[in-house]
Amino acid sequence: MRKRLKSTKHMKNYILLLLLVFVLFSCNNTTTDETNTTNNAVEATEEFDEMSIFQLPSTWKTQNNETVEFKDFQGEVLVVVMIYTSCKAACPRLVADMRNIEAKVKSEANQPVKYILVSIDPETDTPERLKAFAIENQMDTEQWVFLQGSDENTREFANILAVKYKEISPIDFSHSNIISIFNQQGVLVHQQEGLGVDNKTTVDKIIELAAP
Amino acid sequence: MKFNVLPLVFILLSNITIAQQPTKTVAIKGGKYIPLYGTDSSVVTVKDFHMDIHPVTHQQYLDFVIANPKWKKNKVTRLFADKGYLMDWTSDTTFSNTISNSPVNTVSWYAAKAYCEYVGKRLPTVDEWEYVAMADETKKDARVDSLYNQKILSSYETPKTYLKQVGKTNKNIWGVYDLHGLVWEWTLDFNSVLISGESRKDVDTDRNLFCAGGAVGAKDLMNYAAFMRYAFRGSLKANFCIKNLGFRCVKD
Repeated sequence: MRKRLKSTKHMKNYILLLLLVFVLFSCNNTTTDETNTTNNAVEATEEFDEMSIFQLPSTWKTQNNETVEFKDFQGEVLVVVMIYTSCKAACPRLVADMRNIEAKVKSEANQPVKYILVSIDPETDTPERLKAFAIENQMDTEQWVFLQGSDENTREFANILAVKYKEISPIDFSHSNIISIFNQQGVLVHQQEGLGVDNKTTVDKIIELAAP
Repeated sequence: MKFNVLPLVFILLSNITIAQQPTKTVAIKGGKYIPLYGTDSSVVTVKDFHMDIHPVTHQQYLDFVIANPKWKKNKVTRLFADKGYLMDWTSDTTFSNTISNSPVNTVSWYAAKAYCEYVGKRLPTVDEWEYVAMADETKKDARVDSLYNQKILSSYETPKTYLKQVGKTNKNIWGVYDLHGLVWEWTLDFNSVLISGESRKDVDTDRNLFCAGGAVGAKDLMNYAAFMRYAFRGSLKANFCIKNLGFRCVKD
């Protein structure tokens, strides 16, 4: 019985191989067209700066349960921080830092600025939870964006920011406290490291970008 | 029709024999161990998985680059790989024959991750990598053996080990080659090591990790080789391409 199964498997493989050959063969005529489309696609992405985060293919959920990519934020200055909502120690201070920056920038900027808080605990921080957190912290207006990604997207994005984090227990992470600024082309231009540090340089940088 | 297809089948089959075989994997039986960083309460559980028996070679990486042109040396995005990417390759698809079977190096974390996904695998976690790497030829945990440590440290001191061929040294008890001695290897969550510059001043949840706190927090001060690896990981950024850093893949 086993042998027979094996031979049918071989047979299947053989048929698959033949099919593949036919497919390859029949594709021959269309190959040139396909290459052209791929080239166009490559060119389209090459419009972004080499270091732009708009090249990231990852998708994210916002606190309003909308699906977004970073390239949806083209033309906006982005102020980005990584947090998690069940955090009791550093995050409230990081969030406070973000709000202080937003308050100082608000009156000066005449171009759109988005404040993005990316969760490093995507399992817990569902869109609903992020929404509740936004409301609780009076950050439920359109300049505030909370993002939930997959574990993988989150780690990849942390790597872009050079943010390090590690799950200590299911509800506790240790992480580096970095606020990052991206220009309208999605290129990282400034990082503020540490908690409760003087945010003047950061604010100046955002204003320089958002009020030229 | 048959007449047309037959030569094609032949070409296809001959291609298959020429193409580089994916690296063989061996089963790793999971278990518990205390990594270098952590207290007695932080025993790490590693689940069963399969690990490549040697690091990915230049030849294997070339197959990936040909199938994924965006990872060509002259096409790659700087966000994902710095200027050192595939530094020793003589063009997008060529390199000296002498390194075909040596571990591919000067590849970024993004590139390593993309390669593993392309072959249906993934990068190992730090815990998985260290779990297998603490074995020697006869023991699953050889960390107490001073010879084991000495051997690794002396390989760290040897220059240009990345030019050596894979699979030529002794395999460990799991049947895995070259975890030590050729290149250091990317791990999926290398960025979970909190001993880089900025984390010294502002990581608040682990107060041991401030200015040289890394050493204080280390579980096993004898394991200086592991300490060096953790420190190295902590200094990396994901788009770095470094001569003595390669990778291998694992799967669940």
